[in-house]
Amino acid sequence: MLKNPLIKPFLSSFLDLAPILAVVLIFQVFIIQQPVPDIARLIAGTLFVILGLTLFIQGLQLSLFPLGESMAYDFARKGSLFWLLAFAFCLGFGAAIAEPAIIALAKKAANIASAANIIEQTNTAKSNYALELRITIAFAVGVAILIGVLRIIRGWPAYYPIFCAYACIALMTPFAPANIIGIAYDSGCIATSTITVPLVTALGVGLATAIKGRNPITDGFGLVVFASLTPIIFVMAYGMFV
Amino acid sequence: MIEWLSEFGLKLLETCRDFLPIAATLIGFQVLVIRRPLSNPKKTLLGFILVLLGIVFFLEGLDMALFPLGKLMASQLTTPKFLGINETNQIIVWQAYFWVYVFAASIGFATALAEPSLLAVAIKAEQISGGTIDAWGLRIAVAIGLGFGLALGAFRIVSGAELYLFIVAGYLIATIQTLFAPKSIVGIAFDSGTVTTTMVTVPLVTALGTGLAQAIPGRNPLLDGFGMLAFASLFPIIAVLSYAQIAHILSRRSLSSKP
Repeated sequence: MLKNPLIKPFLSSFLDLAPILAVVLIFQVFIIQQPVPDIARLIAGTLFVILGLTLFIQGLQLSLFPLGESMAYDFARKGSLFWLLAFAFCLGFGAAIAEPAIIALAKKAANIASAANIIEQTNTAKSNYALELRITIAFAVGVAILIGVLRIIRGWPAYYPIFCAYACIALMTPFAPANIIGIAYDSGCIATSTITVPLVTALGVGLATAIKGRNPITDGFGLVVFASLTPIIFVMAYGMFV
Repeated sequence: MIEWLSEFGLKLLETCRDFLPIAATLIGFQVLVIRRPLSNPKKTLLGFILVLLGIVFFLEGLDMALFPLGKLMASQLTTPKFLGINETNQIIVWQAYFWVYVFAASIGFATALAEPSLLAVAIKAEQISGGTIDAWGLRIAVAIGLGFGLALGAFRIVSGAELYLFIVAGYLIATIQTLFAPKSIVGIAFDSGTVTTTMVTVPLVTALGTGLAQAIPGRNPLLDGFGMLAFASLFPIIAVLSYAQIAHILSRRSLSSKP
């Protein structure tokens, strides 16, 4: 029964979620020593999470992975560097501009900036600041994917851009205003969403497979991490100039 | 039931809206630049519907079950009463927060295993490496790194040390490790380290960070609550690089021990 193709994916999703359930329950019962509120809701929610994870993984294999790879092949065969780079930038920008976590972070950052008297304490000033921050982050992600794709085409090692970004961040942090640093660091982590990661991974691996002389393992990965570092640089730069 | 359905529908619409710019990019470039029909449009469409539905179910389930409990626990663990902080006694002893570190470490370990994006990268890495990189091994390495990173992040908020020093030290360690690590794992290590912080981890970690910064005297929740996530994406990288390094050394040793 466990090998049944319909049951197996659900079972593996359950295994993925078992640890987090165990942690929450153990802490609730033994450390905080309070009864778990609303058991029925907890069970229903858990079943939803398992169902969601299963559907996501199935959909990933059906569409996001093949689509990212087939587009990478098509662009490589077409041979137009300009369009490939334009696609890479749009994909990164589009993924980050609508990301709910970034919208929430930008709002929070605007409140902090207004409390610190960096911007005027009006709603228009706040929403302008938040919007500018969102565009900055999205632009940074777009640039990151663009440079990552260029890196695969040129055959630079994966860690060159990463180290450059590290050096930039380490040099810029002492000069950036204190209230933007935490926001900048956090913005990098949330800039890549659940839909973007598989697409970008498939794009990188597909490109590295399609281009002669590139190895999908050594060259194909490293796009996502760069997309989480450039927002730190761009947001700190934004904080310095505003 | 009807109320729940409308809430569910709303969430589905929101997810679709968030996805719109990416869909526009994909369709726009496919139609205008590549100008070739998709090889299997029905399968692609079905896959997208599954992905969107999956994300909505996942988020809805998290909202119903794990988030309220996890956030409640983060706030309960950081109440001054639980921590034994005396209003008059302003001296902070970092050892007093033992359960906070344990909670941060275990929640980090567990959420990493449940993270869909990490699963995606791990599956891809296993596929293209022909199985030499094991998806479970990779995920467990990431989980250990995330657990350690979050515990250290909690310690940083408690001790009030500079975020910047930790991050730069972490970058240095990762840089040195990269120079010695097997080249084939570097990209995968960096990518899998980064993707740990999305749907599951961010809300729980943010709740813990802000809760801690609020409970501890002398910390500003607006400033010190941030920065937990930076730890969450740095330490998994170090963990995966170490894992690769150890696996590499072990395999070399077993090769050289054979006559």
